[in-house]
Amino acid sequence: MRDVAVIGVGKTSFGAFPDRDLRSLAVEAGEKALKNGHVAPSQIESFYLGNFAGPSFVGQNHLAPYVSTALGIQGVPATRIEAACASSGSAFFHGWSEVASGVNDIVMVAGVEKMTSQTTARVSQILAEAGDCSGEMRAGNTFASLFAMIARRHMHDFGTKKEHLSAVAVKNHANGALNPDAHMRKVITLEQALNAKPIAEPLNLYDCSLISDGAAAAILVPLERAREFTDKPVRVLGIAQASDYVALDQKDDITTFPAVRRAGEKAYRMAGVSPKDIQFAELHDCFTIAEIIATEDLGFVARGEGGPYAFEGRTARTGERPVNTSGGLKAKGHPVGATGVGQIFDLVQQIRCEAGGRQIPRHSLGLAQNLGGSGATCVVTILGAA
Amino acid sequence: MRTGTVYTETVIYSAPEAFVNEVPYQTAIVALDGGGKVTGRIVGDRVQIDDRVVEVEERDGVPFFQRK
Repeated sequence: MRDVAVIGVGKTSFGAFPDRDLRSLAVEAGEKALKNGHVAPSQIESFYLGNFAGPSFVGQNHLAPYVSTALGIQGVPATRIEAACASSGSAFFHGWSEVASGVNDIVMVAGVEKMTSQTTARVSQILAEAGDCSGEMRAGNTFASLFAMIARRHMHDFGTKKEHLSAVAVKNHANGALNPDAHMRKVITLEQALNAKPIAEPLNLYDCSLISDGAAAAILVPLERAREFTDKPVRVLGIAQASDYVALDQKDDITTFPAVRRAGEKAYRMAGVSPKDIQFAELHDCFTIAEIIATEDLGFVARGEGGPYAFEGRTARTGERPVNTSGGLKAKGHPVGATGVGQIFDLVQQIRCEAGGRQIPRHSLGLAQNLGGSGATCVVTILGAA
Repeated sequence: MRTGTVYTETVIYSAPEAFVNEVPYQTAIVALDGGGKVTGRIVGDRVQIDDRVVEVEERDGVPFFQRK
């Protein structure tokens, strides 16, 4: 297996863009990545696109060649990957495996979602299709309510408090306020976070990520060729994808995500590092409880300690291991199909020391965790300075 | 009818399209006495984790439970 490097990244702002269509967002991110990596479209040998629900959100299918040809990428394999909110994390995993295995040398991986042209109720309905539509979703659940049930059980089993959940929202909003590309650049107080309108008890509006439009892209090459393109390559040290049940009620214990643990353990092993070595992370905070559980499942803290870990500020930008310096899905935004590669973009910015006001001092080893549904897919990627 | 214990629950205020006229409503995962878990709706009084419940009807494949 060959070592792989990221040589170029690009991203649109995340937000609500009524004048932009899906393809124009993906093309903007792709063109930025080409420019950033000093690569011409004709050099791309394979294209992967992560997208969750283009057909439902905007009525367009066959999205990979629809986007790649608009980028001037002609004739090569163009493949769409769907894995709910982990669609582009999974696309990144598959793009990486092509380069690592030697099938192709120069691969573009992108992710895109255009969500804001639909009502919130319609968006909830479409997102619900990532759950088990023959059971849990038929009962009237939403993704917020599934994660609310996870939060309730976590609170019951470990004494996690509402204040712990809200602390995640306060932190990620503080980070997002420093990110010029974030959907919501608004600092909030703990009191505001605690008293927002209920969505699914115990989760309120500030416990939920945003409904956003956006796209992100990255270009992968063998590490040995990386310096042909850039003097700032970033190395893929470890990466793994894992899976689990789609329906929550099939799991023995809903306060932990086996797919996160499995992907994390494999990625750590590949990178030859342990959780304590990870200096910073972009974690999948689709809901505040998800970030808390991710810090436990990835071994940053023990089971049940994720709530206090966040509340005590240890994951703040100035804490011992900053989590979601981008603002996370909570404040940066969550165009679901773009989120996985968006996280890669954020790690690369920190590692290259290009994160502006969000730049952290220890930034040479970062981890991204991209979760699909209520834990049925997880991709964990560890990046480091090359 | 099936009986069980509430494993977890939530009350939903923001519903998907098909359920917007029913908010707020409670859903739960129930650990069945016969083994396994099932996701259903709660009717009557609100329930909490560890409450005992009994299935009172099934609509469109969805079990409806009530506090026992």
